[in-house]
Amino acid sequence: MSIRLENIGKHFGATRALEPVNLDIHEGELVGLLGPSGSGKTTLLRIIAGLETPDRAGTRTPARILFGQRDVTHVHVRDRRIGFVFQHYALFRHMSVFDNVAFGLTVMPRRSRPSRGEIRARVFRLLEMVKLEHLANRYPAQLSGGQQQRVSLARALAVEPDVLLLDEPFGALDAKVRQDLRRWLRHLHEELNFTSVFVTHDQEEALELSDRVVVMSDGRIEQIDTPETLYRAPQNRFVFEFLGDVNHLEGQVHNGVLTCGDARLAVDLADGAQELLLRPHEVRLAEQPTSDCHLPVTVTAVSPIGAEVRVELAADWLAKPWLATVRHADFERLSLQRGKRLFAHPRQWHRFTDEAAGLLKPHAA
Amino acid sequence: MQRIGDSPGTRRLLVSAALVLTAVFLLLPLVAIFAQALAKGVGVFWTNISDGYTLHAIFLTLAVALLTIPICLVFGVALAWLITRFAFPGRRLLQTMIDIPFAVSPVVAGLIYLLLYGRNGWVGTWLDAHDIQLMFAWPGILMVTVFVTCPFIARELIPLMQAQGSREEEAAITLGAGGFTTFRRITLPNIRWALLYGVILTNARAVGEFGAVSVVSGAIRGQTNTLPLNVQQLYQDYNTVGAFSSAALLALIALLTLAAKAGLEWHAARREAIA
Repeated sequence: MSIRLENIGKHFGATRALEPVNLDIHEGELVGLLGPSGSGKTTLLRIIAGLETPDRAGTRTPARILFGQRDVTHVHVRDRRIGFVFQHYALFRHMSVFDNVAFGLTVMPRRSRPSRGEIRARVFRLLEMVKLEHLANRYPAQLSGGQQQRVSLARALAVEPDVLLLDEPFGALDAKVRQDLRRWLRHLHEELNFTSVFVTHDQEEALELSDRVVVMSDGRIEQIDTPETLYRAPQNRFVFEFLGDVNHLEGQVHNGVLTCGDARLAVDLADGAQELLLRPHEVRLAEQPTSDCHLPVTVTAVSPIGAEVRVELAADWLAKPWLATVRHADFERLSLQRGKRLFAHPRQWHRFTDEAAGLLKPHAA
Repeated sequence: MQRIGDSPGTRRLLVSAALVLTAVFLLLPLVAIFAQALAKGVGVFWTNISDGYTLHAIFLTLAVALLTIPICLVFGVALAWLITRFAFPGRRLLQTMIDIPFAVSPVVAGLIYLLLYGRNGWVGTWLDAHDIQLMFAWPGILMVTVFVTCPFIARELIPLMQAQGSREEEAAITLGAGGFTTFRRITLPNIRWALLYGVILTNARAVGEFGAVSVVSGAIRGQTNTLPLNVQQLYQDYNTVGAFSSAALLALIALLTLAAKAGLEWHAARREAIA
């Protein structure tokens, strides 16, 4: 079921939580709403669910929410046919796992309610899917966070919703469980092909899980794109900075050379103050400067965890230390350690002026 | 390692002080009540209890308590629901106003009711014209008892419902449950122990209320005399054993209430341990 949002805004009292936004979500898509806290992402999700109502007054064009062809703007939550997974699961603490999952089926009107046997079969099918059939008689307090999360997912799916909405689904879990559940949700999504929207403040989670990511800040939608486009072609500075670690290089350009203290870099930019942004993997480290690039740095910290080595760099000309990621092979070749003096070489850099976005490649080094 | 203030001397002093105070101020009077009631033997106690006026006082007291509880139950749940689940201007003020019956002396409460609903009162004049008598009759006793006891249940529920939040109710509604189903299957099971606890407190206070009731009841023997009023009347009539017999009954109800409360607390602790 596709979702279309038109002119959805929200004020709480005098504070604006959401500027009127438009958003189209295709059938079967898994969309992540990504943003820092207070960006309006949870408000937007709750409006889609019907747990909050969008602003009515003050907008020239009325707010509309469509599920497929069905206008649900004024449809009550309980009739919207949504599944909602709450941030802290909100399991019914006085009910067993079985009763939690069965709840949505047992409260159906008598006419459409499945028989007891049918409910039982359906609940166990769902519990099997989330691999919890052996815990059907336990109570929520007796389960781990990851298990509670899966129960809440099974409970939401039991009523066969048109759309599945998840609020920070993995926020309260530890890193390893999070990874597993993420992968598992992705598989489940591919298998059942429901349309789903989830909220997260974790950029890695959003990029890994979503078909498309909606980046939000301060009640606005900053960009809607596939994870790849988003990462490679951020439309503005906020998106670029929010999606990963960023190194800043500020300086004065004169005759095609940017200077900042004793740092120099040949750039193809107009004269004046400029700021360049670099991702950690765009910083190459070498023992020698070149004629075009003279950026002396000192290694202040090294953490050889994961596929790459993270290196922290400091220098007089830097207001904030840089972060660089280098391959283990380079790490050994350069014999990196704290206190070592090296030269940074940008592979490429990014520059954002007020409105225009830019990705510029440096001269071949 | 020794904790601060945990020397054997201090501990012995504090424990014995607590024991002595409990004995002198709580246990001794309780024993005295039963001793006085039974001073002239079980037979006299029984005669006093089965006296017609006393029997009527017992009946009236229990009937008023029985009517008070459902009224307070509905009022308390509705009020707690309103305060914890909705945001509206004046919410804080309402939350403070719940405590008025606790803050106001019961005698003052009784006088206010008399002023409003008595024969020459603001509402009373109209009531009198329509031949409705509230004061110096059982409806008046019920009204002031409800006034005095109405905060108990709401005050038990509000902190609990605030702590539990409304997420489970929201979850039930997203799953298609109606308002009443959500209340019956989600809200009520989560608050039932606090609710029962509130009912026990309400009952204890309703049975024992003296001040407000004494103002509005008129204390007509066999008609508007409740058990606490009966105690005072008998005592003023120099029937000490009779007064203490009624007092012993009240004390017995209080002890039963305490036992019920302790039972609930024990049950709650056991549930915690399992969960």
